[in-house]
Amino acid sequence: MRRLKSLLIPGVDKTLLVRDAAKLLPEPSRRRFIAGGASLGALTLLTGCDVSDSFSAESMLTQISKFNDAVQAKIFNPNVLAPTYTERDIKRPFPFNAFYSEDEAPDIDGEAWKLEVSGLVDNKKSWTLAELHQLPEVKQITRHICVEGWSAIGSWSGTPLRDFLKLIGADTSAKWVHFRCAEDYASSLDMPTALHPQTQMTFKFDDKILPRAYGYPMKIRVPTKLGFKNPKYVVAMDVTNDYKGGYWEDQGYNDFSGS
Amino acid sequence: MSSITVSDDKAITGKAIQPAWVRLLHWINAAAVIMMILSGWQIYNASPLFGFTFSRSITLGGWLGGALQWHFAAMWLLMVNGAIYLALGLATGRFRNKLLPITPSGVLADTRAALTGRLSHADLTTYNYVQRLLYAGIIAVGIVIVLSGLSIWKPVQLQYLTALFGGYDVARYVHFAAMAAICGFLVIHVALSLLVPKALRAMIIGR
Repeated sequence: MRRLKSLLIPGVDKTLLVRDAAKLLPEPSRRRFIAGGASLGALTLLTGCDVSDSFSAESMLTQISKFNDAVQAKIFNPNVLAPTYTERDIKRPFPFNAFYSEDEAPDIDGEAWKLEVSGLVDNKKSWTLAELHQLPEVKQITRHICVEGWSAIGSWSGTPLRDFLKLIGADTSAKWVHFRCAEDYASSLDMPTALHPQTQMTFKFDDKILPRAYGYPMKIRVPTKLGFKNPKYVVAMDVTNDYKGGYWEDQGYNDFSGS
Repeated sequence: MSSITVSDDKAITGKAIQPAWVRLLHWINAAAVIMMILSGWQIYNASPLFGFTFSRSITLGGWLGGALQWHFAAMWLLMVNGAIYLALGLATGRFRNKLLPITPSGVLADTRAALTGRLSHADLTTYNYVQRLLYAGIIAVGIVIVLSGLSIWKPVQLQYLTALFGGYDVARYVHFAAMAAICGFLVIHVALSLLVPKALRAMIIGR
């Protein structure tokens, strides 16, 4: 009870406070916030009317999923490392998984490929694969956990994303790093996860240049997230404060999906 | 007049077989458990552990994404409600008074009596030994299913908990086995409550 009282600031108009807070929200989430409030309000006011018009289980579940994003962001400890394993734990062949079959996977010409960099960064130059291969390489053997439930241990090598973000002068106080991929896949990482020491721009699987199936020429390996938050065939990186969603996130998979 | 009402209320609450908090938490738990099981079956179907899947007609969520939303919404209801139940069960002495002691000889005698139709249900305020064992057991299974679920949800942040279950992959089997145990309990629990309707009535209106 004392805790509840301390949340109320004496002398502050609650209506104005909410209006100010709403202004701080980006436009789409502000609309969602207001829409959510309106439908819940409508439920209490319109008793006797068709409730399903103003209130649906789906919108409630979406709201709870957003709440779960916030809870997971709080649980996320940037100093906790994903467990690492040994060479003999590696799953060979490592499973291929995507929303398309393996022979439909993008077949990218590494010579012509470039990584586009945009958004809140000092240096927006595009990077060739040869340039990226010269960055310091770190290898880690971690467990990939799919949203479907299965898991497999793999070995990924590349450069820590946080070092690259430093190199390009990214504004690390921004909220998101959004990735766009060759096959119109996309996913966004919250900045604390992007800065996690194990989050990696990956160029090799099992000590060999990434094969086509595992995301040639570049994948983002995030051992603190479910597999669908590990985009393959990445072509563009955008540091941004605007939430741009992703292929699965837009269809209802929980956005944070942290392990 | 008002004093009579008050004493009547007192008499009613004094006689209640199941106190109001038990009834409230029981039915919230029932709803949460059903949502968790039905959405869990749909999640299981995305990557089955055994050679079968659950018919989509009896699952909740429609597809993996929808089922995950149900599962991760109902988990709050299950966990918060369950935590209140455990706290009140310990604080009020209900667990100690109703579920203890559980003796092997008592369980054997009451099982034999139940199977031969000689188990008395005259006094609903006291649980027989079979009930005590099943109710204490299902509370333990409830704790295991929540902890194994957390270790599947957060195998990095809660990696020591996940390790306690033998790692991520084993925790999935533990989570499934606990679900199967709850389903088995539900079959017996629902069947017996229908056989002894006054026990069901006590869980609804208290008497």
